[in-house]
Amino acid sequence: MNIQKLTIISTLEGFRTKQFTAVDLVQECLANIKKYNDDYHVLLTVVNEDALLTEAKEIDKTDYSLPLSGIPIVLKDLFTTDGLRTTAGSKVLDSYTPVYDATVVRKLKEAGAIIIGKANEDAWGHGSSGENTDYTPTKNPYDPSRVPGGSSSGSAVAVALGMCLVSTGTDTGSSVRLPAAFCNLVGLKPTYGRVSRYGIIAMASSFDTIGHLTKTVYDNALICEVTAGKDAFDATTADIPVPKYTAHLAKTLHGVKVGIPKEYFETKGMDPRISDLTRKAISALQTLGAQITDVSLPHTNVAMECYYVLVPSEVSSNLARFDGVRYGNGRDTFGAEAKRRIMIGTYALSSGYYDAYYNTASKVRTLVKKDFDDAFDRVDVIVAPSSPTLPFKIGEKSYDPLAMYLSDIFMCPVNIAGIPALNVPCGFIDGLPVGIQLIGPQWSEEKLFQTGNAYELHTNHRD
Amino acid sequence: MNYTPIIGIEVHIEFATKSKMFCGCPADHFGRKPNTITCPVCLGLPGALPVPNKKAVEWTILLGLALGCTINEESKFDRKHYFYPDLPKGYQISQYDQPLCSNGRLGNIHIQRVHLEEDTGKLQYVDGMTLVDFNRSGVPLVEIVTEPDFRSVEEVDIFVKKLQQIVRYLGISGADMEKGSMRIEPSVSLRATAKQSLPNYRVEIKNINSFKFARRAIEYEIERQTEMLERGKTPIQQTRGFVETKGMTVAQREKEEAHDYRYFPEPDIPPMRWEQLTINNLQLTIPELPDEKKKRFIQAYGLSDYDATQLIETRERANFFEDAVSLGEPKTVANIIINRNVLMKEELRGFLKKVETVSEDELQQIITQVLAENGKAVEDYKSGKEQALMFLVGQVVRQTKGKGDAQGISAIIKRLIV
Repeated sequence: MNIQKLTIISTLEGFRTKQFTAVDLVQECLANIKKYNDDYHVLLTVVNEDALLTEAKEIDKTDYSLPLSGIPIVLKDLFTTDGLRTTAGSKVLDSYTPVYDATVVRKLKEAGAIIIGKANEDAWGHGSSGENTDYTPTKNPYDPSRVPGGSSSGSAVAVALGMCLVSTGTDTGSSVRLPAAFCNLVGLKPTYGRVSRYGIIAMASSFDTIGHLTKTVYDNALICEVTAGKDAFDATTADIPVPKYTAHLAKTLHGVKVGIPKEYFETKGMDPRISDLTRKAISALQTLGAQITDVSLPHTNVAMECYYVLVPSEVSSNLARFDGVRYGNGRDTFGAEAKRRIMIGTYALSSGYYDAYYNTASKVRTLVKKDFDDAFDRVDVIVAPSSPTLPFKIGEKSYDPLAMYLSDIFMCPVNIAGIPALNVPCGFIDGLPVGIQLIGPQWSEEKLFQTGNAYELHTNHRD
Repeated sequence: MNYTPIIGIEVHIEFATKSKMFCGCPADHFGRKPNTITCPVCLGLPGALPVPNKKAVEWTILLGLALGCTINEESKFDRKHYFYPDLPKGYQISQYDQPLCSNGRLGNIHIQRVHLEEDTGKLQYVDGMTLVDFNRSGVPLVEIVTEPDFRSVEEVDIFVKKLQQIVRYLGISGADMEKGSMRIEPSVSLRATAKQSLPNYRVEIKNINSFKFARRAIEYEIERQTEMLERGKTPIQQTRGFVETKGMTVAQREKEEAHDYRYFPEPDIPPMRWEQLTINNLQLTIPELPDEKKKRFIQAYGLSDYDATQLIETRERANFFEDAVSLGEPKTVANIIINRNVLMKEELRGFLKKVETVSEDELQQIITQVLAENGKAVEDYKSGKEQALMFLVGQVVRQTKGKGDAQGISAIIKRLIV
């Protein structure tokens, strides 16, 4: 057994045909954690080895009939776990042990998944590189001198290095898709309200979505079947039935209309090699039967300004509860990026500035949404590069927050609009992974999985 | 110079819903062991989310309708930020620019808005430590804000008692000041009687937990401000706290220190939209309110304004009266219910039999006469001498030649003296 080659489906097949057991798989994960964690700084907390093996043994007594029976999973450290330390990647919560499980954690447990540990991340989800962790930054497995993408940095690397089979992340601006792109994984940012946020430590509540990282589109669709759906504990989840995503994963794309946003290719700082690779991916989609059309998203140029007013505003509010009275650490414990966002957000919401900042940005938000609505009147899916650059060097952008913010330029508009997007690997440049993004209208996860699956089967960038 | 008080009030009332505003914990927090009705939501733990209590939203609309408000078709919750150890999220979920109800009226007083929010926890100071009890955290709280329409402390007193009565009629809260389920915050300023415009300052008074203290606080503030104005000084805009033990107000916070609450729409709760039909249906569930009931009692049963007012004091009493009115002559039944505080039919029947020998009107006349003739005993009783009451009862019994019961007579005397 080689965990690097396993998917959820092949693992369940392996369990059921007695090729290996859940105990074997957990031991393999633990071995990889021992081998890599000290150098790559992937996990902040690992569940006790005996407890893990006991849990795996119990699962080995069953017939593996649950959707995720014995599947080892790593959770981003924003996911609240009952009795298991949850830091949000911040020293403020260094010693915080929650007393309840997030809805998604409960669903994953009920589906038979084994929680291996909690992944490193940009503290509170603030970042695109993983470097904003209050612990040691995670390294990219394809080149340890480079960043793995963030903020779900540890989540991506845990899958890439075989510490688990799948992992969870959150995506407020890019935080699932960018690490997926930088680590050659499939990463979903679902529609806002598709997956419950209950128990996920909030970054920006009207932007936060709960996604996951896998090796294949099929696995990704399978996890989404488990996590998605209305939750009585989250008033923003929609009461819309969850399709059986894995049942209709197409192999061709006949009749699918794919839009290419011209603004995304005209962006300053776009690596021409990434443009070329993206165009190659588009031709592949065409070969599979998709019709390609140009679309325009005219407010792309102001989307980042909008994002960096609204998101810090909500951040400043959500971090107010860490007031030094509870949780053991004072507000001086916050890292530089959290402090920066608290200050920007507090300023933007202050009386006398609210109209100029928060209110104006809210209006821009409506325009960005309308851009997508107009485009989706004409096409089913929009295809765009995931990032304008390759994974960058650790430290390269640390002292230039604005340059760092621009890594998300193709992704933040999706969160502003609340629509879903899927990162799918599309090849390598200089040995570094590159991803494309499939973007759809609200509740179109199924279409994204279908498109992604057809593309993945056609290209197979993992082998 | 003459000054006219300009007073507006904010009233907070805790709803008697089964569960709290945004979680499933019981809302009935009074007298419970600290921190025994809490959960991740009302403790504001990381990741927890609020889900609004539908009943509390409907009750706010009900109260708004009872106060003649416009129910806003679109409404939303907002976050109000401030730091205090009893506020676990660092913000209170409240309503800012789109309250559920606005522009109402109760008597001559205009009501600016009625909105819904959550209560905070409570601090306790024990042995030099400050402890937090989160049982109250997240209890539904409705806030009623009036325009500055009051011109005297009496007007405030009448308004708050009437509001309490309406809330109790609607069955949405015990509105008990002693338990803190109803709280009053008056804002007081004075203007020269000759002037028309509102004063350019406002003093808000906090921490008031009884009608008596509300009166005292406003009276104190009027005296304090009058004295300042007469010395040629203008009182400053500030928040003051009422100190019960001293019967006075003390400065708490100046205008410059006022909070910037940084309101913004609560992203965890979708905005609300109300169909006219839903509002109409809620309107239909409003029971007959005290004023209408009083009018009807006067007309239908030929009662005096005084008797009708006494009968409608609580919904329970009014209902009992209507239930029992057929047992006797309405005026007699009313008198017995009022004077003897009777709420059981059996008891009422007993009194009705006695009335055959001495009528309630007759009894009341005799008592009034005895009180008028025994001024010294009345004064003695007022100053706390219980024996004086027994003496007065004895006098009445003698006059009625032993008819009428001592207990009933004593109740009437007490009512008339106080």
